Amino acid sequence: MGSNSLHVLKGIDFEVAEGEMVSIMGSSGSGKSTLLNILGMLDEADEGTYHLDGKPIKNLNEKIAAKYRNQFLGFIFQSFNLINYKTALDNVAMPLYYQGVNRKIRMEKAHHYLEKVGLADWATHLPNELSGGQKQRVAIARALASDPKVLLADEPTGALDTTTSYEVMELIQGINDEGKTILCVTHEDDIAHMCKRIVNLKDGVIIDDSPVQQVRAKEAQKKALHHV
Amino acid sequence: MSKIFSRDSWAEIIEALSSNWFRTILTAFGVLWGIFILVILLAAGNGLENGVKQGFDGMATNSMFMWSQTASKPYKGLPKGRRYRFKVGDVEAIKQNVPSLKYVSPRNQLGGFRGSNNVTRGLKTGAYNVYGDYPEIIEQQPMDITSGRFINYSDLNEKRKVAVIGEAVKTGLYDVGEDVLGTYIKINGVNFMVIGTYKKKSNGGGDPEEAMKEIFVPFTSFSQAFNMADNVGWMAITAQDKSSITQLKTQVFDVIKNRHSIHPEDDRAIGHFDLYEEFSKINGLFTALNFVAYFVGVLVLLSGIIGISNIMLIVVKERTKEIGIRRALGATPWSIRAQVLLESIFLTIISGMAGIALASGVLALVNFAMEGMDTSEMMFLNPSVNIGVVLIALTILIVSGLLAGLIPAQNAIKVKPVDALRTD
Repeated sequence: MGSNSLHVLKGIDFEVAEGEMVSIMGSSGSGKSTLLNILGMLDEADEGTYHLDGKPIKNLNEKIAAKYRNQFLGFIFQSFNLINYKTALDNVAMPLYYQGVNRKIRMEKAHHYLEKVGLADWATHLPNELSGGQKQRVAIARALASDPKVLLADEPTGALDTTTSYEVMELIQGINDEGKTILCVTHEDDIAHMCKRIVNLKDGVIIDDSPVQQVRAKEAQKKALHHV
Repeated sequence: MSKIFSRDSWAEIIEALSSNWFRTILTAFGVLWGIFILVILLAAGNGLENGVKQGFDGMATNSMFMWSQTASKPYKGLPKGRRYRFKVGDVEAIKQNVPSLKYVSPRNQLGGFRGSNNVTRGLKTGAYNVYGDYPEIIEQQPMDITSGRFINYSDLNEKRKVAVIGEAVKTGLYDVGEDVLGTYIKINGVNFMVIGTYKKKSNGGGDPEEAMKEIFVPFTSFSQAFNMADNVGWMAITAQDKSSITQLKTQVFDVIKNRHSIHPEDDRAIGHFDLYEEFSKINGLFTALNFVAYFVGVLVLLSGIIGISNIMLIVVKERTKEIGIRRALGATPWSIRAQVLLESIFLTIISGMAGIALASGVLALVNFAMEGMDTSEMMFLNPSVNIGVVLIALTILIVSGLLAGLIPAQNAIKVKPVDALRTD
């Protein structure tokens, strides 16, 4: 990290209501990942305020930040970020471990979420024995495990082919249908349109913020198949 | 935090350590070797100490021997160079004036180094040391009575002409298998009845054969038979366990100086050999040896610890991303730190235990090999470490494991989640 600081975000003002599914779009360098990191309390803003579930998030010490991350937020990363030497089940159980849930209940819950993403049969497999799509689904199960209020997805389909991307998006849409708030950073137009609202960033400012007609991933999938 | 010792934390540690077996074992070897050296050094020091001290075995080390020399200063009109002798009355005076003494045994002696033949029995003769002694001497210079008994106070009071002879005297004067007790030997022409035989171990590296060429007779009979009047050749003085003879001896000297008109500052008038002082010197030597063992052992251990610290730094570096993920999932800095520390302590203790076990194995082998040998003349005996030393070693291990993990753990919590996740 260099010593010269770079102002990536230059005044962002927006609000997300509960149950929304928002995509944040922008070309690389537009500040979308930085915004997501600030929302995820992985990074801190130099100025301004951030309220999550009515609570001001500022001057957090690491311990409280860790607690908030654990309780309120679930992360989905482009590169999955599973822990290599842990099985799918153990990976999903990790947020619960940090919540102090006892082992038996933890494993039951983790199993439940793996089932939900359709990977119950793969519970004992290590990440490197899974395909990209399967890894991302494990990561989604992990993000859901602590029953967070908000899911933050950073290019969730960035490392996946179109078919797998649509499958993953279908899963995410299903989660949103159940009432979870989802923020999804992407630079792919088709993925963005699977959300209910698109926020467009450019050079650190919001240039457009408008609701869209959600495209269901299932239909997009069918359409894509027709093309072939 | 009770969570630290839960099954999950241990599962995590085992997982992390077993992910690279070869490296883990190499790292562990450093500590194993260090603690191995430490234990072996301490045990060797202990073995040497046991070997040397077996010479003092049973001896009253809190003792001194004292004999009269010539006055080296004129005093009260008496010239210098004057000869004087201890008297029987001195014994009583010392006992009364210096209350914390345990035994004050006056002794007289005949013969000595390369003395002429002084003992005869029938046609056999020999040159032996003959001592006139009090019964307490057996407490001060331990010997095993192999047959009969040692002299007692009845012998002393009735001035019985009885003698206790060493095994070497027996072989010199008697035929093999001959009955010894009740027979008579002639010492300087006076008949003494043999009432016991004894055996001695070497003391302080002396020749045990020579030590067994001694004959003990009651002090009173000795004085009468050999015209000693009330003279005392020398004294063996032992202090009580609570006090040290080295501190008490000046008081003893003062009593003697006072009774024999010796100048109070005349230190050359009384000769003495302070066993306790010698013993302390040897003790001091072993304390120093122990210190060197700890010093060397701990330094070797230190290099092992540094190895662990180093590897933990690398592990933290390697797992930067994993730490970032954990942080994103809600791991507190403390739980990250605790994991690194526990890993380091665990690795240190396991390898340290292996080192202790290995060292114990080697010591057991050495002891097994020495079992058949006659160790009484060896300067090495029963090399071992006691449980206290093992506990000290364990404490050192835990503390050093903690120290080894400290810097890496601190590094680990410096990892910011977002930076960690960006490294792809």
